Amino acid sequence: MQPIKRIASKTVVIASSDIDTDQIIPARFLTTTTKEGLGKQLFADWRYQSDGSQRAEFVLNRPEARGAEILVAGRNFGCGSSREHAPWALLDFGFRAVVSTAIADIFRGNSLKNGLLPIVVDEQTSQWLLDHPSAQVDIDLESMRLTLPTGTSVAFPIEPFARHCLLNGLDELGYLRAKLNDIERFEAAQVLSS
Amino acid sequence: MPARTLFDKVWAAHEVVAETPDTPAVLYVDLHLVHEVTTPQAFSTLRSLGLRVRRPDRTLATMDHSTPTHTEQVFGSVPIKVDAAARQVRQLEQNAAEFGIELFGMRDARRGIVHIISPELGCTQPGMTIVCGDSHTSTHGAFGALAFGIGTTEVGHVFATQALLQRKPKSFAVNIEGQLSPGVSAKDLILSIIGKIGVSGGTGHVLEYRGSTVRSLSMEERMTVCNMSIEAGARAGMIGPDEVTFEYLKDKPRAPRGKAWDVAVARWRTLATDAGARFDASVDIDAATIEPMITYGTNPGMVLPIGSAIPDKTGDAVFDKAMHYMGFHGGEGMLGKPVNVVFIGSCTNGRLEDLQAAAQILKGRKVAPGVHLLIVPGSQQIKQEAEAAGLADIFKAAGADWRESGCSMCLGMNGDTVAAGQYSISTSNRNFEGRQGKGARTLLVSPLTAAASAVTGRISDPRELL
Repeated sequence: MQPIKRIASKTVVIASSDIDTDQIIPARFLTTTTKEGLGKQLFADWRYQSDGSQRAEFVLNRPEARGAEILVAGRNFGCGSSREHAPWALLDFGFRAVVSTAIADIFRGNSLKNGLLPIVVDEQTSQWLLDHPSAQVDIDLESMRLTLPTGTSVAFPIEPFARHCLLNGLDELGYLRAKLNDIERFEAAQVLSS
Repeated sequence: MPARTLFDKVWAAHEVVAETPDTPAVLYVDLHLVHEVTTPQAFSTLRSLGLRVRRPDRTLATMDHSTPTHTEQVFGSVPIKVDAAARQVRQLEQNAAEFGIELFGMRDARRGIVHIISPELGCTQPGMTIVCGDSHTSTHGAFGALAFGIGTTEVGHVFATQALLQRKPKSFAVNIEGQLSPGVSAKDLILSIIGKIGVSGGTGHVLEYRGSTVRSLSMEERMTVCNMSIEAGARAGMIGPDEVTFEYLKDKPRAPRGKAWDVAVARWRTLATDAGARFDASVDIDAATIEPMITYGTNPGMVLPIGSAIPDKTGDAVFDKAMHYMGFHGGEGMLGKPVNVVFIGSCTNGRLEDLQAAAQILKGRKVAPGVHLLIVPGSQQIKQEAEAAGLADIFKAAGADWRESGCSMCLGMNGDTVAAGQYSISTSNRNFEGRQGKGARTLLVSPLTAAASAVTGRISDPRELL
């Protein structure tokens, strides 16, 4: 994975709260056996009419969405299913960060493992972002700060180990495999105690 | 040692390496359940890294999400209608063979929804850690296991190491006291809990359902409750194992036997939360006040007692969007609204007791004209049991469509879908927009309410038909 240190981009706003993974990518697209090319199915039911044509009014179909790498959404983004297809679709579309006041657990974990930054901010910052679509925002993973174009800067939390892996382009599986001796010892002890 | 919760005990017993401020815990996984939808990319990763599945003996695979429920597509010569689904099924067959994983394939009598077959085989046991690339893995918490859904990258981690990197979630006690009224089921209980704490109320927490009401629930009812923990945003839901748990597991094909059984039960008895153990959060629920519940919006937290009116929150963007999608208005009552499709099944309500509840209403009655009632058993074993017990005959006589097992219409990726604009009364777990098909309008209920509404063709209180 490529190291990620900083994302500077304009935003796209989808203000709804509780956006579930069935909206991010509907189940009928989960029959795929690869990770690639899911961006065209991102938010499919909000983006396309039943005949497949685009809904011009939906934000991802508008010119201002082009090139935006930061998605700003309402509270509890990514709730619902464990499908990793959700971050895969967001990344394939071009997003590299999602900003909300709350992000669902499984989606957050899946995002971190794929280099999509799940950024949780306070109500006030979120409201400003929701009110200012296309704002130019700076997300610095190193200092864990999000900076608005007004100059206001807020800290965001991120799991330290995931941050370390993202900053250095490391794969968590490598770390886990380095613990195989411990895992084997654990298994031997588990057999003895049962 | 300080008083510990069930969750504390199971977590501590599986910590290979404890967490530090800089690094998550390495948590051992006792049982890894696998299905066709969330694993192809994980197998590809193994292949590209030249890795094997480290513990195939702790891995169990089946196919459920994208499999058809039409008998002729499962057992006959008719090919699976959805091409991509057929490809996914074939790929799991190849992957299981290549990596030496036991697979209950399309025509296996032990096939079914992953969260239904593992308990019925006795693979799910108290004190275990269980993961699966599916959020409803929380179901297995009913046995006092720590069970949670993971993504495909983590599926690969478990394949390669039998462990996961995890931060310990917080604990949340859901204290439930009192007796459920007649006609009120475990589904109504969990819907009511989600209504109370909200769809993100459990985020970052593992719930433990406690109290006299929980003790009086059967294992199947406990699974219904734990199944929907994720709909409250929780990482997992757990119930302390007791005599009901042990009675259910005894003599299951893969439960311990003989002396090993006695040793296991003795160990399982130590798992319950100690008196005085502290939880990070809690909520109290009075079971006696719960009524049959129904959702009215587009997430499981938008739920109310079936006789109530939709709260009027006009002007709230989320509410307005949900009402527009559902074709409802604030202030309207739910009873008597027309129904197009009724679905009874899923990992939430596809077990034998659920089918018995539906049969109680459907016996000697007919499905209302114009209503499609689809009844899908959660596993092939349940199908066989329901047929042997005469339930299937009751369903067919009522005019229901009785199928082979699978996830079916819960998520509409296998050919079983609800048409745009139609109202589906469903015993499944999610009423998200488009969940059962593009434009489908889902209302979540218990099997009793689903059966009652199928008979009348309108949203109905099951207590009037019991």
